[in-house]
Amino acid sequence: MKHRVVIIDYHLGNLFSVKQACEHLGCDVTISSSKDDLLEADYAILPGVGAFSDAMKNLHAFGLVDGIREYVATGKPLMGVCLGLQLMLSHSTEFGQTEGLDLIPGRVEKFDFSSRNDNVFKVPQIQWNTIAESRPWKDTPLQCCKSGDFMYFVHSYYVIPSDDADVLSQSSYGGLKYCSSILHRNIFATQFHPEKSGLYGVNIYAEWLKINSKS
Amino acid sequence: MAVGQSFDDKVIRVIARLDIKGPNLVKGVLLEGLRVLGKPEDFARFYYENGADELFYQDVVASLYERNSLQEIVSATARKSFIPLTVGGGIRSINDIREALRAGADKVCINTAAIKHPDFIHEAASKFGSSTIVVAIEAIRQPDGLYHAFIDNGREMTGVEVVGWAKRVAALGAGEIVITSVDREGTGLGYDLGLTKMVAKAVDIPVIAHGGPGKKEHVGEVISLGEADAVAVASLIHYDFIANRQSNMQSRTEGNISYLQSGRTQFGRITPCSIKDIKNHLHDSHISCRP
Repeated sequence: MKHRVVIIDYHLGNLFSVKQACEHLGCDVTISSSKDDLLEADYAILPGVGAFSDAMKNLHAFGLVDGIREYVATGKPLMGVCLGLQLMLSHSTEFGQTEGLDLIPGRVEKFDFSSRNDNVFKVPQIQWNTIAESRPWKDTPLQCCKSGDFMYFVHSYYVIPSDDADVLSQSSYGGLKYCSSILHRNIFATQFHPEKSGLYGVNIYAEWLKINSKS
Repeated sequence: MAVGQSFDDKVIRVIARLDIKGPNLVKGVLLEGLRVLGKPEDFARFYYENGADELFYQDVVASLYERNSLQEIVSATARKSFIPLTVGGGIRSINDIREALRAGADKVCINTAAIKHPDFIHEAASKFGSSTIVVAIEAIRQPDGLYHAFIDNGREMTGVEVVGWAKRVAALGAGEIVITSVDREGTGLGYDLGLTKMVAKAVDIPVIAHGGPGKKEHVGEVISLGEADAVAVASLIHYDFIANRQSNMQSRTEGNISYLQSGRTQFGRITPCSIKDIKNHLHDSHISCRP
């Protein structure tokens, strides 16, 4: 059976590579800004690159803030990538404070390495970095990975979930350990880009689809 | 790098840079005298499967001619490779960026349009996110020791001083800078370490070093001494591919391929090596990179 995947389009960032990864796995992919399409999906993905506040503004404009909350309430799987992860938190410190989707309690902060005075750790972090298990990955979408696997990251902000139990993996940049993926009920989200992390990364989408098709 | 500090979680990217003219991968010396090397998709595929952290297509004549063939090359590559793909050359408008992304690029690289209209960087970064916007700076050393930025692949001087320009580029919202030493490009003499370090120190966004490596040791050098955050390699890996790994791609290549067919394995000052060779060398030099 083909998985019906809706990639949520709120006119920010590039959806091509996420679509490419899902199609590579044989999914039936729809890119849509419509709440109705979203609610009909078996799987939904919230991608995104860009500014948190612009993203929230666009999600509101498309009626997708309520749409995503309603979708999550159905218990169907939602996956977030990069900014898509950050948007799920309660709020971001970008430009003062911006409210997020508040699906996961916690906040979003900017990397700040200015106190190092050596300008070694640039912001955004743009690099392949390792992920480490912060709770067992068995029966999670990361079960195909092992601690120390490299994934592709591009971000200036990182998430701080209020509940450590939501943290699925950690990564480290400039000596700062931060949350690089979360699993919270039917929500799975990564700070890194699995669709840009080679076939190892694409496998994460496959695991996410597989795990959720069982339940 | 300073002794006694841990940089374990700083991971250097090795980026395969492919210069494109029409349907072909080309390589030139000092951005002149282009040689046809083969079909870019073949090279890109090989690099993707053999450890490249990113792919970077630069259309070297796009500012002068149309560039439909690049779109096709980008689409074909993006469908098959799941690593970041940057596309540069002839990006002059928001619509050009949108088209490049739609074809499958993850980032676009801007040079000429950025220098002519610096606000374009800001507009593009606001629209697509900083991390989508790479600004290329092509630097040529002047008699007074300063570096000036050039446009149109080193053909036209602008009188813009490089370090000041890099700071402005970062302030305008670019996500990365690729700094090319036009003087070293294709020479095999090594990256311009002084130039790279000046730019890398001046900005708080990642800086990609480009132009000049003739052996794998040069790549290690521009990281440890030039403080590059990422490195772009072209001739080194292209000649390795041609000399050691190329199959029957000549048949599908258009243009002058006599250079390829000469069967040579020596390429002037350049000692070819694979991405794996480079990464093994970085690893031995205690520079973190993805295996």
